Amino acid sequence: MAKKILAVDDSKTMRDMVSFTLKGAGYDVVEAEDGLVALDRIGGNSVDLVITDINMPNMDGISLVKALRQNPAHSSTPILVLTTESDDGKKNEGRAAGATGWIVKPFEPEKLLKVVQKVCG
Amino acid sequence: MDEYAQFKVTYFAECSELLSDVESQLSELSVGTEDPEVLHAIFRAVHSIKAGAGAFKYTKLAEFSHEFEALLDRMRDGRIAVTEEGVSLLFRASDILSAMVEAAEGGDDLSDDYGQQILDEITLIAKGEVKSKGSETSEDTTADAGTAEADDEAPNGPSVYHIAFAPKAELFKHANEPLLIVRELQTLGKVQALPSLNNLPSLQAMDGEEAYISWDFILSTEASFEDVEEVFEFVTEDCALKIELQPDQVASQSPVDAAVPTSAALPEPDTATPPLVGAGKDDAVPQTATPVAGGVKGPAKVSSIRVDLDRIDRLVNMVGELVITQSMLSQQTSELPSDSMPNMARGLEELALHTRELQESVMAIRMQPVKSVFSRMPRLVRELSTKLNKKVKLNTIGENTEVDKTVIEEISDPITHMIRNSLDHGLESPEERVEAGKPEVGTVTLSAEHRGGRIVITIADDGRGINREAVVKRALQRGLISDPNQLSDDEIDNMIFAPGFSTAEQVTDVSGRGVGMDVVRRNIQSLGGRVSIQSTPGKGSRFTLTLPLTLAVMDGMIVEAGAEKYVIPITNIVESLRPSREALKKLPNGQRLVRIRGQYIPLCALYNVFNISGARKDPARALVVLVESEEFGTTGIVVDRLLGQQQVVIKSLESNYRPVPGVSAATILGNGKVAPILDIEAIYRISQSKKIIEDDEEDLVFGSLNDAPEGLDHLNDMPPAAQSSMPQPTVGS
Repeated sequence: MAKKILAVDDSKTMRDMVSFTLKGAGYDVVEAEDGLVALDRIGGNSVDLVITDINMPNMDGISLVKALRQNPAHSSTPILVLTTESDDGKKNEGRAAGATGWIVKPFEPEKLLKVVQKVCG
Repeated sequence: MDEYAQFKVTYFAECSELLSDVESQLSELSVGTEDPEVLHAIFRAVHSIKAGAGAFKYTKLAEFSHEFEALLDRMRDGRIAVTEEGVSLLFRASDILSAMVEAAEGGDDLSDDYGQQILDEITLIAKGEVKSKGSETSEDTTADAGTAEADDEAPNGPSVYHIAFAPKAELFKHANEPLLIVRELQTLGKVQALPSLNNLPSLQAMDGEEAYISWDFILSTEASFEDVEEVFEFVTEDCALKIELQPDQVASQSPVDAAVPTSAALPEPDTATPPLVGAGKDDAVPQTATPVAGGVKGPAKVSSIRVDLDRIDRLVNMVGELVITQSMLSQQTSELPSDSMPNMARGLEELALHTRELQESVMAIRMQPVKSVFSRMPRLVRELSTKLNKKVKLNTIGENTEVDKTVIEEISDPITHMIRNSLDHGLESPEERVEAGKPEVGTVTLSAEHRGGRIVITIADDGRGINREAVVKRALQRGLISDPNQLSDDEIDNMIFAPGFSTAEQVTDVSGRGVGMDVVRRNIQSLGGRVSIQSTPGKGSRFTLTLPLTLAVMDGMIVEAGAEKYVIPITNIVESLRPSREALKKLPNGQRLVRIRGQYIPLCALYNVFNISGARKDPARALVVLVESEEFGTTGIVVDRLLGQQQVVIKSLESNYRPVPGVSAATILGNGKVAPILDIEAIYRISQSKKIIEDDEEDLVFGSLNDAPEGLDHLNDMPPAAQSSMPQPTVGS
């Protein structure tokens, strides 16, 4: 069964690109446009990976990571945060919240796949 | 990143939404909102633009949005205070950003220093605060002995690395997985793994959250040191890690083979033994490996979708064709005896009804609230009022009023221009206002509403109103009128729209920009709209702008001249009549007139404009359709007959054929024939410039105006524009 990935970003462009790349590699992708929607979509179900942007309305990525980690069902789900080259601080903030790793935007499709494989196989 | 090129369309659509958001949030900011979410929202929008710019390699846009974003970031966490200058800088930066997005979309190049001034200002404003940016990269810790040499190493032949890897409990808390790390190492080359179980406590003492196992890896690979390091990218802080290049060992003669017990050789990925690897997360491993039961909850209800405009246009076009086909069918069957096929007649009636409904629904898809235009105005007012030293409050009403997207795109400039005009000429300075007993702060009200299938936009101010004396004086100077006493107040007010009224002399820094109100009027007319002004001296003025809701269909009157059919927009038509022979007059220059209710109205014959043969030339035997235009007042178009009123689908001639003088567009009639839609202003201009074909028939028909001296009394009643284009008759000479 294909691995299920939840892609969270308020930018449709980004969601489309992530989704396109991952679907092309055989993953199932569920999209959400912010942290709240993501929590709603994921519910108590498990996913194999969450990829989330940091800057989002309603609930940002850091809060999403924290919320997921507090839920026993997701405490060991790999989570990647999308950061930009400039905000190194965000990586650490993401890590502190419990994120597994990060992807620096902009990314090449290969890089995305590589990182995804790195954390969820 | 060509694979991503397909997302550019989405990106630019998104950008325009984001930019419009930024604009409206900035307006909030400019009126002194305390809501921190406003800055966050602007930040997110700029951030999203930046991310896409990076992805599509729009370097300049990415760089600029990066600086812009950094400024916003410092503002939102309070490192930079949000001052008035700051907000103004944000506004200008957002302008530059828009221009850059536009350039990126159009593939245009901007000069290298484009936006540099803003960047300099951002740097300047940033100087006031402590820069806290530094590289807090987490990778530093891994830099160990061997790094330096490895960097210089040319990748010839495999190298052997010794990696000591001891995970900490945090590694599992971050949902990292040693097994996956081992697998990734395997992708680099040959891996020998030697687990160390020395720290493994007794089963009773074991803490499920702890990490007890460490590994020593011997990796034989062609990969660089960085590549190896990158495998541990996410866990460097959650483990003790030592990566060493074994300098004098070559993979082939590695002694490791012998050193590593076979039992410890790496297990095949799929049969990996969780008890060892997952000692710290025994319940997690099965979970990630188990197929997801039940799946993720289905997507929540979506209330809107984004659709490519092309698709909607296609739909609109197809519906247009359907309307034409439907009217063809109706026309065919209307010729049949009414009782011959009652069921079919009923069916056709329903078809007509449904077609109309379908058409309306499709048109509704293209409708958008005027908000997108209105939301730009607070900023305009803010900037202008500062520039003019006036105090102005802008009220907007009905910003959710919907109108076709194409119309929205066209109304922004006229509204901008009229608001400029209100602020510049209409509103007084605060001192003048106080003197006149008005509140210091002037009010401009921008409103939109639907009225009779059209959208009505008004821009009202409570300023001084139009100075009629000055208008009359100017109009006389410019030769636009000859006798001001003949003009009503309303006519005087509307003189400001007359061509040639606005001149360089009155152009100020604000209203100027080289465009007069006549251009505004012409642009609005070209959309099938009207604009007028009402003014009360001392109390204020009100611009009223009426526009069709859509540019895709219109109500038209089908007329015939000779064998040709034309469509006259209903909105232009005042009445149609067959004049008596006595009412037809001719000026010495050949201009034909018709006298209607004591007024002389110029005639323009379609057969003359379009060189139609076989048309009726005698207006007393043909028909005169009186059409009205703000540009030239009333004129009579001579046609053979009226065929009926019909809603017609507008087809562009420019894109389907080529521009034709006197014709604004075309439509397809029920019989499948193309009928031009007349541009009455253009027709009038053509008929004025065209040499009138003199022939005997006409000379008999038109009496000379000299024969009708009583006509002179009324000549001044004619609209000023018509008058000015006509030399004054030299009576009796």
